[in-house]
Amino acid sequence: MAKVTIDGHTIEVPDGTTILQAARMLVDKNPEVDAKIAPPTMCYYSKLKTSGGYCRTCIVKVTKGSEKDPRPMPKPVASCRTNVMDGMEVVNITSPELLEARKGVVEFLLINHPLDCPICDQAGECHLQDLGYEHGLAKTRYDFSRRTFAQIDIGPYIKLHMTRCIMCFRCIKVADQITNNRFQGMLFRGDASEISTYIEKAIDNDFSGNVIDVCPVGALTDRTWRFKSRVWFTKPMDAHRNCTKCSGKVAIWMKGNEVLRVTSRKDQWGEAIDWICNDCRFEKKDAKDWVIEKPSHISRHSVISQNHYENLAQLKLDIGKQQKQIASKK
Amino acid sequence: MGKKLLIHNDKVPGIATLEVYRQHGGYASVEKALKTMTPPEVLEEVKKSGLRGRGGAGFPTGMKWSFLARPEGVERYLVCNADESEPGTFKDRYLMEVIPHLLIEGMITSSYALGAKTSYIYIRGEYFYVARILEKALDEAYAAGLLGKNILGSDFSHDCYVQVGGGAYICGEETALLESLEGKRGNPRIKPPFPAIAGVWGCPTVVNNVETIATVCPIIMMGGDEYAKIGIGRSTGTKLISASGHINKPGVYEIELGLPVEEFIYSEEYCGGIINGRKLKAVVAGGSSVPILPAELILKNDKGEPRLMSYESLSEGGFATGTMLGSGGFIVYDETTSIVKNLYTFARFYHHESCGQCSPCREGTGWMEKILHRIVEGHGKPSDIDLLWDIQRKIEGNTICPLGDAAAWPVASAIRHFRAEFEEYINHPEKIKDVKHYYSVHQLAGA
Repeated sequence: MAKVTIDGHTIEVPDGTTILQAARMLVDKNPEVDAKIAPPTMCYYSKLKTSGGYCRTCIVKVTKGSEKDPRPMPKPVASCRTNVMDGMEVVNITSPELLEARKGVVEFLLINHPLDCPICDQAGECHLQDLGYEHGLAKTRYDFSRRTFAQIDIGPYIKLHMTRCIMCFRCIKVADQITNNRFQGMLFRGDASEISTYIEKAIDNDFSGNVIDVCPVGALTDRTWRFKSRVWFTKPMDAHRNCTKCSGKVAIWMKGNEVLRVTSRKDQWGEAIDWICNDCRFEKKDAKDWVIEKPSHISRHSVISQNHYENLAQLKLDIGKQQKQIASKK
Repeated sequence: MGKKLLIHNDKVPGIATLEVYRQHGGYASVEKALKTMTPPEVLEEVKKSGLRGRGGAGFPTGMKWSFLARPEGVERYLVCNADESEPGTFKDRYLMEVIPHLLIEGMITSSYALGAKTSYIYIRGEYFYVARILEKALDEAYAAGLLGKNILGSDFSHDCYVQVGGGAYICGEETALLESLEGKRGNPRIKPPFPAIAGVWGCPTVVNNVETIATVCPIIMMGGDEYAKIGIGRSTGTKLISASGHINKPGVYEIELGLPVEEFIYSEEYCGGIINGRKLKAVVAGGSSVPILPAELILKNDKGEPRLMSYESLSEGGFATGTMLGSGGFIVYDETTSIVKNLYTFARFYHHESCGQCSPCREGTGWMEKILHRIVEGHGKPSDIDLLWDIQRKIEGNTICPLGDAAAWPVASAIRHFRAEFEEYINHPEKIKDVKHYYSVHQLAGA
């Protein structure tokens, strides 16, 4: 076991835990701890092995290496790939220099991003939007043309909009680790590099749709859902069906009685809880296919949570309380 | 005349052949090591010699070797980094081209010390003809029983292979090199684990520069203590320096570490002074990625003491007034050089060679290149200098591999020492546009 202190909060974690996991555990276990001490991630995905280390948004400063070797680490480290040591002290949101460095990373991620949020299907549930809102500058300092790519259809269900990609490599890891074979990979080098399927070969696999869920931006989108609706006009509902291929536990996004799209359920870090198969994701677009459980939990910070009431009874109580307060003030 | 240990025989005709090489004492270190020493003794000699990695970082080789994990039943590997791609550096090419057997001799001796049954020489794609020379030398060594099973009758067997890369700068970074060697895309790995624990094929691996491995031969022959007497302080031994730029005699020179920089530039034995008797303006002392220093700081450090060619002396003063010995790519600029234009060339190189894995380097190198291009073309804005400074600050130290640092340092040092020149480019674009050579621009800048 190793004892690690992050922004003044101490937690004991098993050896081999990364700083990022320790920070998330800290937030999970102590509701009073500010959730922001868990660094933001764009490329790390806890369910994908060897993910992380590329985007550098999760950098933290190690002010004390360990009990044995208390020297601070000279440079910011990627918390998703750095293991904790006993006695380690880490600063994240309490260090202004670090926040400045993270601002730099966010700026780098955004300089070649098209910022076409108004026409992007991911808008509203985009991690880059959240990140930019939290850590970005209000105005760009980049005044050159941004790189663009042609859009590619990867098979009948998935659209690759490479212009929006931030090179997190998650989709490559999904293809490597969840599906049987991978057709997409990284081509070229440096800022000309792109994720592509060589000779535009279709991704044909039962679980290939999961690349859409892991994509932090709108680079990989569901062709059966593109341009149907803004995500915040739909109601996410937890639902399930008997599926022979996957767990069948999904979130369906409804408008009225229509199922507009199906995705995996997300945990509080925005990661898929269960991988779902393409049948569930793309083929079952009828409310009759699904047993609806309850409204999905949507964090209050998200735009999707507007008009989305997960517990109507509680909401009525809350409104009643508020009205009483207002009445008593008068 | 300085001491020469590596390339003292370089002018001997036919030294590239095994026969002539052996007549001049070749493969003596293999014989000495295999017949009279145990592997730990060889390692001990290398440790005592104080030899430091010649590829750029200057990490003590003996220490690197002793970090190699030695689990039972797992193969260990030695990989020679011959992907010499740092602009301004060409010492390894000279060594391999002229005396290929010296490298092979070093490979056998080092592998014996490390207990490696297989070693690889990863050579850059542009050196294809050098790879042929090495392959020919390997064939000769195999035929003479210096490689293969039971070398020289001992129970040590060793195989050495030459692998040609595809010509990417990034494959000179050791983990990217290993990826490329394994047949994958040459992307740096995220460390830890370090190659000493999990290197090529997931086995413990030592990656060393060509010159480092070659230097093992004289160390074994003369003994580690004797070798440590050469040089100055913790910079022991001799170093190959590839001198280029505005000097009378560009080429590869072997120097004893501790030679004054002034002597190296102006003496007839080495560079022979600045071409056409012009004035020295600046020097990049160790390959394009190390900070550039103006004449007054490269000849003397900030305390006014003469600067020496050694790891410590060159880095004295930190990056504010110092630089690094790096790989020994010594580029000299005379007074006619435009530092801005030169920096643009470097920035273009790093932009082209960034692998694209981590965002600061992938996006930042391209951004810096675009800004510098704008400045060089006479469309710079006054805020560009500070913007460049800010970008390099946010790249440095925040990337997976040192390419980010390598891209950031030249920008930082050029702005630090030659800010006036950038301002001249930005404030007087009309003066840049009409001139063919940068001489007049430079005179206007008054630097």
